Amino acid sequence: MSQQESFAFAAKSAGGRKVKAARKSAKASAGAGKKAVRHASTGARKKTTRQGPAAARAARKKPASRHKAAPRSRATAKEMARKQRDISISEFFAKNRHLLGFDNPSKALLTTVKEGVDNSLDACEEAGIVPDIRIEIHQHGETRFRVALEDNGPGIVRAEVPKIFGRLLYGSKFHRLRQSRGQQGIGISAAGMYGLLTTGRPVVITTRTGPKKDAHHFELKIDTRSNEPKVKKSEVVAWDKDHGTRVEIELEGGYRGGQHSVDAYIRQISLANPHAQIEFLPPNAEKNGDAIVYPRVSEELPPETAEIKPHPYGVELGVLMQMFRDTRSRNLRGCLQGDFARVSGRIADEICKRARVKNTRRPGEVSRDEAERLHKAIQATKIMAPPTDCIAPIGEELIERALRAEVEAEFYASVTRKPAVYRGNPFLIEVGLAYGGNLPGDAPVVAFRFANRVPLQYQQGACTITKAITATDWKSYQLQQPRGAMPVGPLLIMVHIASVWVPFTSESKEAIAHYPEIIKEIRLSLQECGRRVATHIRKRKREADEEKKRAYIVQYIPQVAVGLQEILGLSDKARAQVVSNLTDVLERSRRM
Amino acid sequence: MSEAQVHKRANEVKARNKALDTITVGAIEASARAVHQRILKRGKPDLHFPIRSLKNVSYSEKQGYFTIGKHKKTRTLTVNTVKNFAQTLRMMGLSKELVETNDFATKRDAYYQSKNWEEARFGEQSESDAVMDDIEALFSVDGVSREQLRFIPDEHGGAVAGNLVVLDPDRETGEVERIDCTRFGSGAYSIPSMVEHLSFETDAKFILAIETGGIFQRLQSHKFWQSENCILISLAGVPARATRRFIRKLSDECKLPVYAFVDCDPYGISNIYRTLKVGSGNAAHLSQFFCVPKARFLGVTPQDIRDYELPTHPLLEVDIKRARDALKNDPFFKAHKPWQKAIHDLLEMGVRAEQQALAMWGLNYVIEEYLPNKLSEPGKFLP
Repeated sequence: MSQQESFAFAAKSAGGRKVKAARKSAKASAGAGKKAVRHASTGARKKTTRQGPAAARAARKKPASRHKAAPRSRATAKEMARKQRDISISEFFAKNRHLLGFDNPSKALLTTVKEGVDNSLDACEEAGIVPDIRIEIHQHGETRFRVALEDNGPGIVRAEVPKIFGRLLYGSKFHRLRQSRGQQGIGISAAGMYGLLTTGRPVVITTRTGPKKDAHHFELKIDTRSNEPKVKKSEVVAWDKDHGTRVEIELEGGYRGGQHSVDAYIRQISLANPHAQIEFLPPNAEKNGDAIVYPRVSEELPPETAEIKPHPYGVELGVLMQMFRDTRSRNLRGCLQGDFARVSGRIADEICKRARVKNTRRPGEVSRDEAERLHKAIQATKIMAPPTDCIAPIGEELIERALRAEVEAEFYASVTRKPAVYRGNPFLIEVGLAYGGNLPGDAPVVAFRFANRVPLQYQQGACTITKAITATDWKSYQLQQPRGAMPVGPLLIMVHIASVWVPFTSESKEAIAHYPEIIKEIRLSLQECGRRVATHIRKRKREADEEKKRAYIVQYIPQVAVGLQEILGLSDKARAQVVSNLTDVLERSRRM
Repeated sequence: MSEAQVHKRANEVKARNKALDTITVGAIEASARAVHQRILKRGKPDLHFPIRSLKNVSYSEKQGYFTIGKHKKTRTLTVNTVKNFAQTLRMMGLSKELVETNDFATKRDAYYQSKNWEEARFGEQSESDAVMDDIEALFSVDGVSREQLRFIPDEHGGAVAGNLVVLDPDRETGEVERIDCTRFGSGAYSIPSMVEHLSFETDAKFILAIETGGIFQRLQSHKFWQSENCILISLAGVPARATRRFIRKLSDECKLPVYAFVDCDPYGISNIYRTLKVGSGNAAHLSQFFCVPKARFLGVTPQDIRDYELPTHPLLEVDIKRARDALKNDPFFKAHKPWQKAIHDLLEMGVRAEQQALAMWGLNYVIEEYLPNKLSEPGKFLP
């Protein structure tokens, strides 16, 4: 499920080939689903153990049924076979919602908002529209919320709506190696299903693809058994928007503050997406007028990124074998040259030769042993680094402007590094800093982490970004830092990693894995920003020193004169002379 | 002593104290004037403080005590030092005023005095103490002690008994009080915090400086000072400033030898006796006023442990460390062969003995046998 996709609200629909790919993947995942069913039955077994040791022993011998297992005679293989049946992905996810970010009510609310916003941003960018996004959270009960997400995106063609919102694992981004948000597993349909499971309410969608087209209004449910959408209502309505989509989901949730809150998410997403205008209507706001607006900082859309083929260095053995099976090329040489980035005919020959496999071999017939030799040969062959036009940074200027709009500070700095490569995957690091102003001076610094413009709010401690920040020596940049901890001071750090393949530590996609190349790039950008902040702090310190100097002179020079007067019995005139002479001398002096 | 003689003596005391005060005020004024002159010439004035660290200390055999070296640190009046400069000058002004009004101030007094110095006031006593230490070091170069600057310690000194008359001029009337230290019965004269203004009359042969109150009481009660014609002074551990200064003045003015009678352990030898005689390493600028170069070590010596078969305790680890440190690093012990031998002896025996261990042979054995024996051969005392 690592590369599950979110679904764009894209008007140009997932075309034939892509849909096929998605279906294929759905099948593959159904296989994985079976494995998980066995896990689920383990849970059932545990239930039976409570009924007594005999029952437990019996239960261990046979697959658990969903009924309460009372001790009874042993099952035969036939009986057991009868109980085996397919399990739909939707059903599996319904039972494993924590894998999708719906572990608890407050995280469920956050995930729902995130999935919607990610989809809207991706869709708008793909369609070349500067995004306007509105997020509403209405509270209907202590734990009952209605989330509405509205964008000015391209809208969705009528026929696609039920599939996109009513079916899991249906999308356009799964098999593309390209920088996109695609964050929390299977996206908006999972959020809709969560709402359905917890409240029984359908997902409500309004969408329009253009001013001359009708706006459609849907109410959808998902049949968890068949993974098929059920349309409860579909009608044409009047809508004041020319194009866009509005999704409403009612769910059990929790609305909290803190670093894991929806508010924190919106603040951070607006930082990383300065081209988006975001309006947020929190549950406590009574009227529409109370929405919080995060204004657009730039009218420019992020540059479009190219899709790239995988670079051989980053391909794992299993994937390599799968690619040999799927390729359209008739020989190995063609497959290596055509399906991978930076592999020329000469390089393909070199790899084959090193692996002692004929380059004329049909890729589909390559054995496991040969594939393994090829995999090793790839690592031993010198191949040019992958192209880097596939990643789009936010950009130094925009980061700084976004920080200025969002954080009240006295100094800002930002760095966008050149793209670099880890395990054949191009990536790029950006860092923005805000210092001073309203930021609290005696607390550990706030670190905002982003992967492909999406904020990472959980698992801060496990993330390589955190590691790189704590490993940087902030003391040399005029900040305090307890040993091995985050620096302390009025500082906000944002770190953005953009890549076609962001290496997360786990399925939950909340922390970046520790790759030395990535740590190095983060460290270099932090140091660059740190140096600029240090220059600023030193300048401020110099100014403060000047201030202190003037105050000191006024305060203490008269006392020097009084001391001398007491000891030497000077006249008041002589005392005044001392004051004026000393003031003159010290004010001219540069030394403190 | 006739009336006329007493009168003459009193006048001498007054004249001498006045001369001392003149020196003190002169030193303060000279420093202030140098600062003033520099300011008039539109320069940055500075003050020179002797560096107070072991590196700037040497043991002078000729003078018989630790002396501070020539290294000085210069504090120039800059923006950062202007507050300290102002406070130093105000403190010097306070000292001058104290001398002129024949008054004194403890550290705490000085701290509270500063409260009406407007911007130059001290926030904490530690700050005023530090400035006082600076001034003390500054004027130690001119031979002026803190007590002469009229800044006195809070604690008073040890007890005195024996053939001694202390001449103490009354602060208000100037009338000189004659204090006879034989007339305290079973009690004793208590050394005041400040001893600069005192003078002495005595025909005693020597001063016996005693570590413990117990032995002092025994010798006093049995009028040991009468039989041996001496002055008894209790040190009560490492002697306070006033006690050290009192012994020093007394031995200087009346040309009396000082015999130290302390426990035989590294603490008694290296801390109490060494400090009494040559001063301490980190306050070497005070040694010229406080050490007693005429002091000799009567006992208890390591050899005494053998000779008198004294009961002992084993040396503790800190004792051993202290003894080794004395042998290795202390310029005083390094300069005296007999001391090196004695300390080696002690380390070899691995034991220590207290003064009061002599009581094993009878409570008054120390009066009847030990001290008379020892005093018959003062040449054998350790340096």
